[in-house]
Amino acid sequence: MNPVIYMDNNATTRVDPEVFQEMAPYFTDYYGNPSSMHTFGGMVGRKISQAREQVAALINAAPEEIIFTSCGTESDSTAIRAALASSPDKKHIITTRVEHPAIKNLCEHFEKTGYRVSWVPVDRAGRLDMDFLLDRLTEDTAVVSVMWANNETGVLFPMDRIAQAAAERGAVFHTDAVQAVGKLPVDVKVTAVNMLSLSGHKIHAPKGIGALYVKKGTKFFPFLIGGHQERGRRGGTENTASIIGLGKAAEMARTNLTRDTARIRSLRDKLENGILENIPHALLNGDKENRLPNTVNISFEYIEGEAILLMMDQMGICASSGSACTSGSLEPSHVLRAMGVPFTAAHGSIRFSLSIYNTEEEIDFVLEKLPPIIDRLRQMSPFWKGGSCKAQ
Amino acid sequence: MWEYTDKVKDHFLNPRNVGEIKNPDGVGEVGSMACGDALKLFFKLDANGRIADARFQTFGCASAIASSSALTEMLKGKTLEEAEKITNEDIAAYLGGLPKEKMHCSVLGRDALKKAVMNYRGEAPVASDGEVVCECFGVTDRQIEKAVRDNNLKTVEDITNYTKAGGGCGNCHERIREIINEVNLSAAPAPAVPQKMTNIEKIKRVEETLEREIKPALRKDGGSIELVDVDGNTVYVRLTGTCAVCAASELTLKNYVESTLREFVTPELTVEEVRS
Repeated sequence: MNPVIYMDNNATTRVDPEVFQEMAPYFTDYYGNPSSMHTFGGMVGRKISQAREQVAALINAAPEEIIFTSCGTESDSTAIRAALASSPDKKHIITTRVEHPAIKNLCEHFEKTGYRVSWVPVDRAGRLDMDFLLDRLTEDTAVVSVMWANNETGVLFPMDRIAQAAAERGAVFHTDAVQAVGKLPVDVKVTAVNMLSLSGHKIHAPKGIGALYVKKGTKFFPFLIGGHQERGRRGGTENTASIIGLGKAAEMARTNLTRDTARIRSLRDKLENGILENIPHALLNGDKENRLPNTVNISFEYIEGEAILLMMDQMGICASSGSACTSGSLEPSHVLRAMGVPFTAAHGSIRFSLSIYNTEEEIDFVLEKLPPIIDRLRQMSPFWKGGSCKAQ
Repeated sequence: MWEYTDKVKDHFLNPRNVGEIKNPDGVGEVGSMACGDALKLFFKLDANGRIADARFQTFGCASAIASSSALTEMLKGKTLEEAEKITNEDIAAYLGGLPKEKMHCSVLGRDALKKAVMNYRGEAPVASDGEVVCECFGVTDRQIEKAVRDNNLKTVEDITNYTKAGGGCGNCHERIREIINEVNLSAAPAPAVPQKMTNIEKIKRVEETLEREIKPALRKDGGSIELVDVDGNTVYVRLTGTCAVCAASELTLKNYVESTLREFVTPELTVEEVRS
């Protein structure tokens, strides 16, 4: 097998070796239960407190505002359910048409059980229709849930404005920030969110660990009811090693954020410009300016995304696609369709998402290997007229 | 990730017979870019009427490219009569099988072959007349009617699997349901005086349909149904057994019971649940 060139970091990331090192003793050596009375368990409890402080520091929250969960999806479900339960008279939810399935399918579920859901549209560049959102926001709105950054295009949404508007109307504001945390400065003292979901495996901690920030004073109802863990807000014995890993990853992200972001952004820009300059009929999806520094989503016209992915896979290059064929459904990505990207271009969309582990050599490798792949598939395509439509 | 056989991978990474044939004897084109897959198939015959060369151009995923490549290999050396016997299952079998969700790729090959042979014989391609019902995939009411009739289809999901119609935005689901009802009604033995169904006759048919179609299906899930009353076109029923306590019973009632009664009795019916 070829060495792997991993450019699918919005799907998941490598566990940082330092994170793993920090976690390792908590499996076989310090396996105590943090709830136990003995010193052996208690020292794990102290380590978890430290992790809570580290995660809180990453988003400038207080440690007691952090609840550890099993993943981003659990954080999202907990947040929306808590918000609805806290105002049983309000029957309205506002969210967007481009959310991750963790929010999208949850809101569709509530739509079937008596809630009204307003799905805020986006424009061709993936930017939110703020007028639509503000227009729908009423006293009946229980919760506004808008992702901080879109996972497919990297487009960022105006958190501050939404937070302010939601607060004025007395609605709870939740954001699924799993793609933003660790890639951008996120400060809950600046951006007045009530609840914020984050996920470990997007920031070089393991899969199966997430967290929910709940602002002090926000009404809360637990999703998992059980023991006293997480101060009664999430029952179940703590995933100790992973919590410790998430703490370490959060600390590393906070320490290195500025430096890493600049480097990742310059690699991303090199990849993006290289592709757009050297491959004709390649179109950027999403707002070029207001975007995550690590993400680029490009449609290659006249060919289909799964075929591109599998050809790149032969070279060890890992990316993802919004094509219908990769999902088993007949329709391409709901995000690209919401943006009005024509089906013809959505089928050929490829997302590259970088991390601190990517190198300049890898970018050069992709820029060398990708054009022949695109060309080869186009030579097979009945819609490609031998490059004659190159000039556009 | 899809589980593709080695043969699929081989035909995707090293496709045979890619390209056009200048002055082909037959050419067939199916699919579109919007649909996510499209295939253009060319063939040339030798002096004995056997396929000397077959080539393809494909827009689509790995299995669409592999299916096209496999088809061209299978075609070579065959007479058109032999070629016409190739089914989409044959194409899939040649590749050692395709994932269920990818079977439409082999159908694409079969359709392109059919069109290419028709093109050779100078037969006019069957115009896809009618009104477009599914905007996403450009499927017309005539095509849906044909699929319903030929394959005895009952649900929107069936239609999507066979024609792709309804697989996109979903706006046409209501219209597809109407088409299914229309076709099935016209296919059913015509009632003597359909417009003037008497109340007694209606009740009788509702009872028959409940016994013959609906109860056996509900029984599989441990539930059953009782007829309470028929008032005009409203049928009142009571769900019993597991149906009575099932959270999905409302869906069962609307999606299954109502559509089945509409199909076998009259499309104007609505079903209401009476809770005991």
